[in-house]
Amino acid sequence: MSNNIYIQGLGIISAIGNNAQECLDSLQSRADGVAKMNYLQSAHKNELPVAEVKKSNKELADMAEMPASLTRTALLSTIAAKEALADAAIESITDWKIGFISANTVGGMDKTEDFFKDFLQDASKGKLRDVVNHECGSATEIVAEELGATDYITTISTACSSSANSIFYGARLIRNGILDIAIAGGADALTKFTLNGFNTLMILDKEPCKPFDENRKGLNLGEGAAYVVLVSERVMKTLGKQPYCKLSGYCNANDAYHQTASSPDGTGSYLAMKGALEKSGLQLTDIDYINLHGTGTQNNDSAEGTAIKRLFDPHYPKLSSTKAYTGHTLGASGGVEAVFASLAIKHGLIYPNLRFETQIADQPFAPETQLIRQDVKNVLSNSFGFGGNCSSLIFSKV
Amino acid sequence: MYIQALGNISPQTDFNQLPQKVDYTSNHLKAIDADITEFVNPNIARRMGRIIKMGVAAAMASMKEAGLEKPDAITMGTAYGCLEDTGVFLKKLVEQNETMLTPTNFIQSTHNTVSGQIALLLKTHCYNNTFVHRGFSFESALQDAIMLMNENDAAHVLVGAADEITDASHKILSRFDLYKNNVANSEELFSQHTKGTIAGEGSVFFMMNKKSSEKDYAILKDVTTFYKPIGNHAITDRINKLLSSNGLSINDIDVVINGKNGDVQNDRVYEQLEENIFSGKTSITYKQWCGEFPTSSAYALWLAANIAKHQQLPADKTNRSIKHILVYNHYQNIHHSLQLVTAC
Repeated sequence: MSNNIYIQGLGIISAIGNNAQECLDSLQSRADGVAKMNYLQSAHKNELPVAEVKKSNKELADMAEMPASLTRTALLSTIAAKEALADAAIESITDWKIGFISANTVGGMDKTEDFFKDFLQDASKGKLRDVVNHECGSATEIVAEELGATDYITTISTACSSSANSIFYGARLIRNGILDIAIAGGADALTKFTLNGFNTLMILDKEPCKPFDENRKGLNLGEGAAYVVLVSERVMKTLGKQPYCKLSGYCNANDAYHQTASSPDGTGSYLAMKGALEKSGLQLTDIDYINLHGTGTQNNDSAEGTAIKRLFDPHYPKLSSTKAYTGHTLGASGGVEAVFASLAIKHGLIYPNLRFETQIADQPFAPETQLIRQDVKNVLSNSFGFGGNCSSLIFSKV
Repeated sequence: MYIQALGNISPQTDFNQLPQKVDYTSNHLKAIDADITEFVNPNIARRMGRIIKMGVAAAMASMKEAGLEKPDAITMGTAYGCLEDTGVFLKKLVEQNETMLTPTNFIQSTHNTVSGQIALLLKTHCYNNTFVHRGFSFESALQDAIMLMNENDAAHVLVGAADEITDASHKILSRFDLYKNNVANSEELFSQHTKGTIAGEGSVFFMMNKKSSEKDYAILKDVTTFYKPIGNHAITDRINKLLSSNGLSINDIDVVINGKNGDVQNDRVYEQLEENIFSGKTSITYKQWCGEFPTSSAYALWLAANIAKHQQLPADKTNRSIKHILVYNHYQNIHHSLQLVTAC
């Protein structure tokens, strides 16, 4: 039996769609999800555009068939994870060891913010039900129980690379015989905490973001959840459905330069991409498409570009960032982009990098600006974050 | 994997000085102050939150004891993350209505701050992962390390856990009726048979090696987690399964370290096992020294490693022959975990 890990199901909810089909349609029709803040109640409502999931908590609760009192992160996570598992069409999940590996950056912070308003006035005040799901692991458990995927449960939080790490941790649990099936990815809802945090760092664009553009001014925060269903070869052979692709390479490296900033030479990003390539056994020239981390900040795009130049020059694959569509969904972004990579391979697509105008002066490549239809065999997906955490995944056609 | 070195910043950190009876002044136990001046520039240290200092001090102490410059991977667990910085940023955000905020607390609030800081200090680009799953956080970090060694991706892994209590978190958790109001010492903790426990915090790191360094504390043979087992027999099944997959039976276990915390309902789970699978076993508790918190199982592993090395039980100078130690802990009867430790 081979060690291959197959991606058998996809589930996603983001600013550009409430499921994988809607997201795919939006990617193809250049319909981005960045807009004026509508659901998050923030003092920065009129000044900072965001990529919100276009549903209220009540509407999300109806979709998830869960109580609206849950955190928005738990609701988003439930919707995407249920879609992924249904899409995998596994007849009887109880026949297998099945686990749920999720990721997020601020847990139930959206409700904790409400709690804190009253709590700060009087420590005996604030509704406990608003803080009971504060921990990052809470949403994971709510969803794992809903899915019936409790043979192994954990949550990873490595800032913006969280769900790239949860996906390959899931794959490794399968390779090590701990699970047969892992539903893995991540979720993050927009919160005032993260919005204001990024705002203090002065890396939020007041206009829709322009990843990898010379005149980029920062990122737009987004929200969402996305999961892939990873299965062993043994499980895959029992299923009547072709897998989307396989997870062929992965690597986690650390930039070890600064708590929030990337090193100018992109050491962490370079090592993550290089390590993932080595793991996959592929050559540089085998990569058809790089789904960039591409947040739109000066620092990230410059460091990531430098790392790509260092690794790929002169054989640049086609590349683009999809964050101009979805915003930066933080703990969900690795999952969101894993779903996009899987769809790119299945449908033979390379997505446009929206709003790109001017090539970065010292970078010898530019992202794709139009939708391209071509055979896509191998996609490299980057997720880099605070704490120097850099992870890259490679998805390959079966 | 071999436990080569340890670092511990907890309420009680010296195995040879662990008191039989601990006197308490409140219902939360504070970790000792972490001194990081040896490793970190004082200007940087001053800005670090308490959990970061605890984690960095524990990690650097285990690196120093191991005599290693860089590990091949860093994996850690934290259930609550950097509560102090999170709380400060959140308070300002609410009180200042989202204006005049500064980035320092936000930057240090992310859950991977501790492991990121360790990487920065060690100047290492290696694999770096942080698990944030309540009572499974530390066990997931151990599982990650075991798999990295199985996959030949790492031979030396720095594994640890860190959690802190803040004034706000203690006030909030107290409202869930988790803690006893009047508990003067560790004897009362277990003799009152009432609701509630005592809160704890701390950070423990381990230098784990794939191969023996010839001066190891012990071997961590296996770790497993299980979620909300239904009934006593489900826990017993897990224990038997873990032991048999390591070629052992319950008869081979010399010492059980259990996670009793003084809460009458919580401890019933352990008592039922003591009447059955653990009956006749030497069974010791550990939370009287570190308090109850979701990553306390790292403290239990620190204790197990020391027991194996010293061949003595804590607070007891009798020399014994101890080969296999089983750590069984559950957190709120939701997160159950087993760690199997064998003397070298």
